[in-house]
Amino acid sequence: MAREQHDYDDIPGTFVFDAERSRQGFGINMFCMSLMKDDNRKAFKANEAEYLKKFNLTPEQTDAILKRDYNRMLELGGNIYFTAKLGATDGHSFQHLAAVMTGASQQDYAAMMLGGGRPVEGNRSRSGKNVPSKFISAAAAKKAAKRAAATKPKAKASKASKAKSKPKSTKWK
Amino acid sequence: MARIVAGIGSSHVPAIGAAIDNGKTEEPYWKRVFSGFVKSQEWMRELKPDVAIIVYNDHASAFSVEMIPTFALGCAVEFPPADEGWGPRPVPVVQGHPALASHIAQSVILDEFDLTICNKMEVDHGMTVPMNLLFGKVDKDAHWPCPVVPLAVNVVMYPPPTGHRCFMLGRAIRKAVESYPEDLKVVIFGTGGLSHQISGPRAGLINSKWDKSFLDNLSKDPQKLVKIPHIDYMREAGAEGIEMVMWLVMRGALDDKADEIYRFYTVPASNTAVGHIILANRPRGAAKKAATKSKRPAVKHKRAAARVKSAVRRSKR
Repeated sequence: MAREQHDYDDIPGTFVFDAERSRQGFGINMFCMSLMKDDNRKAFKANEAEYLKKFNLTPEQTDAILKRDYNRMLELGGNIYFTAKLGATDGHSFQHLAAVMTGASQQDYAAMMLGGGRPVEGNRSRSGKNVPSKFISAAAAKKAAKRAAATKPKAKASKASKAKSKPKSTKWK
Repeated sequence: MARIVAGIGSSHVPAIGAAIDNGKTEEPYWKRVFSGFVKSQEWMRELKPDVAIIVYNDHASAFSVEMIPTFALGCAVEFPPADEGWGPRPVPVVQGHPALASHIAQSVILDEFDLTICNKMEVDHGMTVPMNLLFGKVDKDAHWPCPVVPLAVNVVMYPPPTGHRCFMLGRAIRKAVESYPEDLKVVIFGTGGLSHQISGPRAGLINSKWDKSFLDNLSKDPQKLVKIPHIDYMREAGAEGIEMVMWLVMRGALDDKADEIYRFYTVPASNTAVGHIILANRPRGAAKKAATKSKRPAVKHKRAAARVKSAVRRSKR
């Protein structure tokens, strides 16, 4: 059966761990959970393909795990808090994993984070819904000011100045 | 009567815990993060709460994919730190408050919030990192300064409870606390967030505009926040940023008007924007007095401002 479509499938570069993926990825996540125990980590490392047979995985899921294809694991129902345990078993830091998933070198990824992270602009939507959420104050205030300007010309000055002065009044202690 | 006196919002980034456990707090990268909690720790020492209710989420530690409770309340006597793959964090076992916890459970379930009760549960960094940030580093063999009632919220599998549901649960918790006969000074923590995505090709997403707006509305206009649909959290604040809904349980448990007495924000800690806020309830007696004499709004505002100032002074002492 084809995957049911959801509004969040429009978010680029994102595999939302929903009920369907949770069901589909049960084996992947239970496998990852088993890596919390040292004996299991050793058994897995000794013979990966053999160890994976215990978890009722599909051939695609087994393949993704063996190849450490983290994005594919997420797509097939893995959850990041679980797959991170596989990364840890391999001796990798979480940042290494994040870099792998984004296709960047770890150095570049770390530099991006220090520089304030990946910007949301241009990363909101696959289908061009790049308008900021109406729940962000600045945008909401601008809209309100626009509406006010259209209906009540007199209210324009006060509303616009209010919107402008808002960032200043935010106290960052 | 028990009463919630303040709400605390705090991120719970695991790397913060690792920095504490591995003695890295003086490194410039981490100092930037910890500097934002120095005043909060002073404030907390001054406040001396009797109990902390901590709203947090488990990260594949106590709950795997076998059982995924939407809201799980910890009613146990104690909650040991979980082994998250590197051995349990070297922090004390978290003491519970079973009497208050089961009172809350009974009250909110009859208020139609169908909680899961946990009489045995381990807790992970989702809870112990914010405890460290507010209570400071506590030796493994010492004690945390107060017992805790843990409330674990599912934010790992979509859909988590809505922001509105979280806020209303907070209100029900407030009612439950206020019907508890013993005089207890209670604080409530909302943890997680702020914006971050740690999964998939879009990992690394941070949205400071969103975060600041969230914090502004949290103190001034929380009703605006309860309307935010999940898609907006995920699009704007990242797939994992959706855990910000847990802050709304905290906000719902406070009075409608609460004073923001502290705020801190920095990017990044590991992959996450760190946010922190302290909101204090106004003294009840004073609120009633103001309400009865509220015919002249100008006077009321002055009083509110005076209260804020004195609250800040109190917190600085």
